[in-house]
Amino acid sequence: MYRRFAAIWFCNLTTDWMIRRRPALYHVPFVTAQPAQSRMVVKEVSPVAQDKGIAPGMVVADCRAILPGLQVFDHQDVCPEKLLHAIGEWCFRYTPVVAVDYPDGLILDISGCPHLWGGERPYFTNLITELNKYGYHVKGAIADTVGAAWAVSRYGRQRLTIVGDQEHSILCDLPPSALRLEPLMLERLTKLGFYRIGDFIHLPRKALSRRFDDQLLKRLDQALGHESEMIQPIRPIQAYVEYLPCLEPICTVAGIEVALTQLLEKLHVRLRKEGKGIRSCTFKGQRVDGDMQQITIATIHASRNVAHLFKLFSLQIPRLKPDLGFELFMLESPLVEELLPDKKVLWEVGGSDSENEVSELLDKIAGKIGRKAIRRYLPQAHYWPERSFRVTFSLKEQPEVSWPEQLRPIHLLPRPERISVTPGVSGDSFLFFVYKGRMRKIQKMDGPERIECEWWIKKEWPRDYYRAEDEEGERYWLFRHAIHNMDKPEWFLHGFFS
Amino acid sequence: MICAMDQTLVKKNVFRSLQKELLIMQGLQKPDGYPQVNIGLQGIEQAFPGKAFPTRGIHEFISHNPESKAATNGFIAGLLGRLMNRQGYCLWVSAEEGLFPPALGHFGIAADKIIFVTPGQRDVLWTIEEGLKCNALTAVVGQIKELSFIESRRLQLAVEQSGVTGMIHRYCPQRETPVACVARWKIKPLASKGKAGMPGLGYFRWEVQLPRIRNGRPGIWQVEWGEDNFQEILSPGIFTELT
Repeated sequence: MYRRFAAIWFCNLTTDWMIRRRPALYHVPFVTAQPAQSRMVVKEVSPVAQDKGIAPGMVVADCRAILPGLQVFDHQDVCPEKLLHAIGEWCFRYTPVVAVDYPDGLILDISGCPHLWGGERPYFTNLITELNKYGYHVKGAIADTVGAAWAVSRYGRQRLTIVGDQEHSILCDLPPSALRLEPLMLERLTKLGFYRIGDFIHLPRKALSRRFDDQLLKRLDQALGHESEMIQPIRPIQAYVEYLPCLEPICTVAGIEVALTQLLEKLHVRLRKEGKGIRSCTFKGQRVDGDMQQITIATIHASRNVAHLFKLFSLQIPRLKPDLGFELFMLESPLVEELLPDKKVLWEVGGSDSENEVSELLDKIAGKIGRKAIRRYLPQAHYWPERSFRVTFSLKEQPEVSWPEQLRPIHLLPRPERISVTPGVSGDSFLFFVYKGRMRKIQKMDGPERIECEWWIKKEWPRDYYRAEDEEGERYWLFRHAIHNMDKPEWFLHGFFS
Repeated sequence: MICAMDQTLVKKNVFRSLQKELLIMQGLQKPDGYPQVNIGLQGIEQAFPGKAFPTRGIHEFISHNPESKAATNGFIAGLLGRLMNRQGYCLWVSAEEGLFPPALGHFGIAADKIIFVTPGQRDVLWTIEEGLKCNALTAVVGQIKELSFIESRRLQLAVEQSGVTGMIHRYCPQRETPVACVARWKIKPLASKGKAGMPGLGYFRWEVQLPRIRNGRPGIWQVEWGEDNFQEILSPGIFTELT
C-alpha cells in the first residue's frame, strides 16, 4: 500500500506553551532550565531570548551575565509528554493515526486523508497554520517514510516541505544526525569526516555495518523505505455509545423496549470485555421530525446487569413522546466505573447478593423520585443537637465517630418552639406549660443537661435541657437558656421522647 | 359407630393441617423448623396465631397526636432493633422528615444502617411496595396518612412473596378503616415509674393496644423499654384483656 507520513517538529514546544498560558511572557526573554551536574542548564529558550544569543545547553549563570533581565523557569513544571499527547489528540481531526514522537514531535500517518482537503499542500498548510494560531512554532514535512519525514522536518530549509520521489537526493544533503542516530555514533561519523548523509550512503553496506553497527544501516533503510517502520498511534478514548438505526419509524412502547434491550445487550458485551459497569446512562431517540428525546438513569453502584438497567429505564419510557416515530436510537454512558468480579462491601454484614439487591432497589427508587430523597445519617462529633448528625447520600460512607450515648428524643422539632411555663403553686415543684392549646402538667423532670454551642461556629446561649413527663406519661425535651435572663427564663420545647 | 368416630377424627386432622398451611401462606405462622424471631414480648406474642410475632406480614400502627406518634415510633424502633438484630438493612419511608437519628441508638439500632427515603406524598405507597418486594431488606417502615383496603392488600401480597416485615404507621388518619393487615397496634405513652423513692423519669413505658389481630386474641398490655429490650409489666391490677 502506498503510504504517506507527516512529521511535525515543535521548535519551542514548552516555551510556546508557557507563552500561551501567560501571554505576558511574549515580549520577555525567558528560558526553562533543569539541573545537570550541580548547575542549572538551559533546556529550552523562548524566541525573544534566542534572538539575544541564548541557546539550549548554556549554563544559566552565564545567560544571566549576558542578559540580566532573563527569566528562568523550572523545566520540571512543564510536562511535554502530556502536552504532546493532548496536541496529538487534537490532530485526530486530520487523521485517525497519530503517534507521539518524544520529546518534541508528532508523526501522523496521513495515507488516504489529504484528498479531503484538496491535496497534500492545502491539507498540510491548514494543519500547520492551525498550530501556528495556537502559538506553536512548528516545522513539518510529508514523505513516504517516517524516517525521511522526520529528517526533513528537522533539517529541511523550509517551514513546510513535501517530499515526492526525490527522497534520496534530499536525504543526501542532510547531516547524519537527521537519521535519528545515537550521539556516540554521530561523534564517530563526524570524526571520520562524514558531514552529510551523501558522504556515506553509497559506501558498501558490509563496510558500514562492520564499522557502525547495524543501527546505521537500519536507520538508512527506514529513511529510504527499504525497511518498514512501525509507529505507535495514540488510542482515542472511545465513548460508550451504541446506535440503532430503524428502517421504519418506531412509535410503540413495545418497539422502544425492544430497541432498548438490543442496545443494552450490545453495550453489555463491551462492558463485560473491559470489566466496567455503568454509573449513569442516557437513552436517546431521534424523531422523524428531527426532535431529540432522551431519558437518563443513574445507579448507586456500577452495574452491567441488563435486566436491572432495563427496569430502571422502563420506569421512564412513558416520558418519551414518539409522535411520528423514532428513526434512530442511541445509548450513551458518560460515566462508567471499574466493576470487578469481587463485589464491594456495602456494610460489613449481610451477603453480597443482598447488598446488590438493596442497591438495585435504591436505583429503582432514585429513578422515580430522585437521588436526593434517599439518605442515610451519620453521627457527627457535636453535642449541639442540630449538629449531632449529618446527611450522606452515599451508601458506602461509614461513621467516623460513634453515636451519642445520651438519651435523645425520637422526634426533634425543626426549630425549638417557645412555650410559656408557669411554676406551680408554691410548695410543690410542678410546672405547667401550654403547647398546642392544651395545658400540660409536668409530674417528673430529669436534668438539667447543659449543652453549649460551639462559639467558633455560631454564637448562641447555652441550653439547659430537661427531660419532662406530664400526668399522662407524655415525655418532652424542654430547655431554657442558661446564664441569659435568669430571672425570667425563657422555655422552649425541642422534642418528644417515645 | 366406630367408623364414624374415626372419620370425624381424620376430618379434624385434615382440617387442622390445612389451617396450618393457610397460616403459613398468610405469613402468620412460620413453617416448622424455621428460626423464630424473639421480640421479647411473651404476652403479646402469645396473642398471635402460632404464638409468635408474625414477621411475614404488615403491621398497622395508628397514632393521633405528636406524643403518641413519638411513642409509636419509639415502639417501632424497639421492634426494628429486635428484628434487625444488628444486621441487615431497613428502609424508613415517610413523606416528611422528623425522626431524630441519634435517638435510635437507645433502641439498639445504629442509625447509619437505616436508609431513609422521603418521597413526595404521591410516591410513598409505591416506594413502600417496592421496598416490601425486595427480600434483601429486613423490614420496611412506612409513614402514611391514609391506607385503603385495596392498597393494604397489595402490600400484604408483596410481603407474602418476599417475607419482609412491613410496618405502616398511620398518623392522624381520617377514619380507622379496616385494612388487610395481620395486626393493628395503638401505642400510648404511660407515666414511667422510676426507682422507688427516687425522683425523675424511669424507663419509657407504653400502653400497647392490639384491637385487631387476624386469627388472634386482641388485648391491652403495658410494656417498658428497659436497658436494651422490651419488658412486660405484668402487675395483675393493670393487665387487662379485651374480650
